[in-house]
Amino acid sequence: MEDIKKAEYLAYKKTEVLTDKVLHYCPGCGHGTIHRLVAEVIEELDLQHKTIGIAPVGCSVLAYEYFNVDFQEAAHGRAPALATAISRLYPDHAVFTYQGDGDLAAIGTAETIHACNRGENIVIVFVNNGIYGMTGGQMAPTTLENMKSSTSPYGRDVKMMGSPMKMSELVANLPGTHYVTRQAVHKPGHVRKTKRALKKAFQYQQEKKGTQLVEIVSNCNSGWKMTPNKSNQWMEENMFPFFPLGDIKTPDDK
Amino acid sequence: MAKIKGDIVIDIERCKGCQVCVPVCPNDTIAMSDKVNAKGFKYAFKAQDNCIGCANCAIVCPDGVITVYKKKMK
Repeated sequence: MEDIKKAEYLAYKKTEVLTDKVLHYCPGCGHGTIHRLVAEVIEELDLQHKTIGIAPVGCSVLAYEYFNVDFQEAAHGRAPALATAISRLYPDHAVFTYQGDGDLAAIGTAETIHACNRGENIVIVFVNNGIYGMTGGQMAPTTLENMKSSTSPYGRDVKMMGSPMKMSELVANLPGTHYVTRQAVHKPGHVRKTKRALKKAFQYQQEKKGTQLVEIVSNCNSGWKMTPNKSNQWMEENMFPFFPLGDIKTPDDK
Repeated sequence: MAKIKGDIVIDIERCKGCQVCVPVCPNDTIAMSDKVNAKGFKYAFKAQDNCIGCANCAIVCPDGVITVYKKKMK
């Protein structure tokens, strides 16, 4: 057999915008894929020298260890507020926040909504896995109805605990948001679509169009107590009917 | 003979054995090993020589351990 492992035939390689540090995420977690997609988009748009990321609190709290770009850690839920300051101080930089559902939809709801309402020129990457992964699988605002978690062991009771929150639909109603979309990363086709969405979001941010929110429905196999492949299947069957994929607000709608 | 020939290289020490790459491979090229790496995970490896270089495994891999090569054969 002819050896084709040569640089000229290289079809895919982990981007240089990610560091070589081994990710601390559980095996099969969507965070790793989303990190890589953000890094690939930064590389393709040639923004590495002027990107500033904001790390949240949650599973992705160590995101600054994995990106070869400038990063700032925010207090829990305050990433959009910090991104506001940074994007106003450095208007030409690509400023993005990377947040989970506990950070963006629970403790940081006010910051998210007001940043979106003001139309701050930032990209918000919102990873929604319907659970508080880092702290041990507690119920999050995005936990589905009747979904079991460690603080709702009999399933989420809507009468007592309220309904799951659709943050993307919520902020899409605000005048400041420019592009709001919901994607997933569990299959190759979805990964490619998500990358296109992230690329659009960063391009709009560079054109100073306002707030771009890319929600990515992801799995939490440890929190859901499933194998990675089974959790991806469960996500398709249960998460997608409530969190339908696709663009929620596009610039053409205006 | 196949018109496109592909090949993959897996960094087994970074692989966490999540198996997400296995069902997305159209040719069942990739499989899980019975052996474990230094961290104790059963890693993915190239089981057959029929890779077409589609890179499906590499783009769904959360840890980015797979490098893909692809060549068009004449």
